[in-house]
Amino acid sequence: MQPFRTHVGVAAALLQANVDTDAIIPSREMRHVSRRGLAAGLFANWRYVDAAGREPQPDFILNRPRYAGASILLCGANFGCGSSREHAVWALAEFGIRVLVAPSFGLIFRKNCIANGVLAAELSAPRIAALAAWADADPQVNRVRVDLQRRAITGGGVAASFAIDDAARMRLIEGLDAIAFTLAHAERIDAFERERFARHPWVRLPRSG
Amino acid sequence: MGRIANRVPGGRQRPAGSDREAVLSSTLFDKLWDSHCIESDEHGEDLLYIDRLCLHERTGGIALNALLEAGRPVRRAEHAFCMMDHILDTRPGRTDRTLVPGGEQFIARSRSGAAALGVRVFDVNDPQQGISHAVSAEQGIALPGLSIVCPDSHTCTLGALGALAFGIGTSETEHVLATSTLRMARPPNMRVTVQGALPEYVTAKDLALYLIAEHGAAGGSGAAVEFDGEAIAALDIEGRMTLCNMAVEFAAATAVIAPDQAVLDYVAGRPFAPFPLPSAEWQALKSDPNARFDRNLDIDARQVSHRVTWGTSPEQGVELQGRVPEPKDRNERQALAYADLAPGTPMTDISIDAAFIGSCTNARLGDLRAAAKVLEGRRVAPGVAAVCAPASTPIKRAAEAEGLDAVFRAAGFEWRESGCSMCFYAGGETFGPGRRVISTTNRNFEGRQGPGTRTHLASPAVVAASALRGRISAPEPR
Repeated sequence: MQPFRTHVGVAAALLQANVDTDAIIPSREMRHVSRRGLAAGLFANWRYVDAAGREPQPDFILNRPRYAGASILLCGANFGCGSSREHAVWALAEFGIRVLVAPSFGLIFRKNCIANGVLAAELSAPRIAALAAWADADPQVNRVRVDLQRRAITGGGVAASFAIDDAARMRLIEGLDAIAFTLAHAERIDAFERERFARHPWVRLPRSG
Repeated sequence: MGRIANRVPGGRQRPAGSDREAVLSSTLFDKLWDSHCIESDEHGEDLLYIDRLCLHERTGGIALNALLEAGRPVRRAEHAFCMMDHILDTRPGRTDRTLVPGGEQFIARSRSGAAALGVRVFDVNDPQQGISHAVSAEQGIALPGLSIVCPDSHTCTLGALGALAFGIGTSETEHVLATSTLRMARPPNMRVTVQGALPEYVTAKDLALYLIAEHGAAGGSGAAVEFDGEAIAALDIEGRMTLCNMAVEFAAATAVIAPDQAVLDYVAGRPFAPFPLPSAEWQALKSDPNARFDRNLDIDARQVSHRVTWGTSPEQGVELQGRVPEPKDRNERQALAYADLAPGTPMTDISIDAAFIGSCTNARLGDLRAAAKVLEGRRVAPGVAAVCAPASTPIKRAAEAEGLDAVFRAAGFEWRESGCSMCFYAGGETFGPGRRVISTTNRNFEGRQGPGTRTHLASPAVVAASALRGRISAPEPR
């Protein structure tokens, strides 16, 4: 996974609350047994006049030329609620989004972001609105800067500290393989499991086949 | 990520004071969490032991094949199961062929990945097949005191049995397959106490929709919610599952209900349940009398009536006798535009084009009975498309043994095979753009049931009554 330290990019705003993962990527856009090939389905219901025809909806923010190359999405509360589909994050990442800023996130979605090197930063709604207003004045010039080490987000008159828990921050900065990291402590899992099975034998099922 | 510190599991949650005081003030959720916590790290995350993992064909293939490609074994394959539910066909006589474009590949790759890694599959035409959360309860895969995860947000359904149950992503699924663990921060505790009795014919679904409308779709704010109180104790296990199922629509990390005798009776004799049951151990799974919750909500069950949603979030709902509200912000204006409804319209004046009874929320035997009771001897209104897809094949068979299928069919409902079916649109079946559906499902999101399709969430009895009248209607006592 690509380590995350700092990022400077074009910021686009999608400030409505409760944007769910069905909106981020409708189920019908998940066409292959793969993590890839999902960017075209990102926000398909909003991004296209008709999702099947793929004719761009000119008003949708990510279709507007002035937001070309957007890599930061400024969001409303409870962004990524709903279905646990990790495809939502894969689609965002493949499209080029590296940072999401919202007052709050859907819980599973937030963890999926971190697992894929996408920063999910929490910031108050008024500050997000202020960043959005400044960026909107000239998106290609007014780029937002994010420093994960310092938990800092800056743009125009806003210089704020965003919230992210320590563990997620470390995971993003170091870009570690989570499975390899856990397996390095396999003996502790084995020991815990032995004790769990000894104390609660009913937990253990017989090996099948 | 840094070095793991060897701390007492759950230590940071304990109030200062004697051990005895700490032991006597735990919530049910904290007891479940502590009993699975291998260790805590210095970043505030715990390494949790996961007892059971359920996969499904929509994402299982990706996770299983990622393991195969990485050459990693499944650490405990006998504790993992793969269900076929999300995109398989629900029309009678089904095969792997599905109306979802490319759907066969999702089924085939999940099946082959599971076989290669030794994971038991509840396959397309297995007599025990069904929606993951229904199957895991029916088979005794989910049990009180176990941790169980699935790459599906409605896994919280199983908190109704006193399990530590929650949905995860695909990367986390791989992590569980390879390590039998998950690394995560402990969520805060919230208690939702529902006192009094629900009025007659008012169900767990109405209670869930009421809670979410009153406190918002983000109201659970990432907490583990324990439901308790008289009204919860009075719910049967299926009703508790419906309520816990909807907790994710409340932005809860999970939901849990203390297992009582009704849970023990439900679990006893199920294929993967132990014999004898560890009854004493399970009945100790409850919050201590002085347990401290980070938040408490109190609900008066007598205030709850039949509910229905009007918008595109489960929080956008009113009582059935209510009206479409004036929009109070941009979100609500957008929702009303999508729903094509005018403020002030009585909900019972809204005509519907379709009715769907199905999903992990509301398609268990009791739900089908409640709907059949309304439908018996009647016909759905002309022009209304009506579909019923039971939550599992065993439920379908049990319903057929009672003759419920005949009631549904005679009323004009299609009687389907089990699966997630029309709860969401994956490119296969939809009632169509602009069509208005009353549905026993969990999400009324824009486009959830198909591009432009409008969804109104309600209980099975309300859906059945609305299908009969062709507009949103309360079930009439009979």
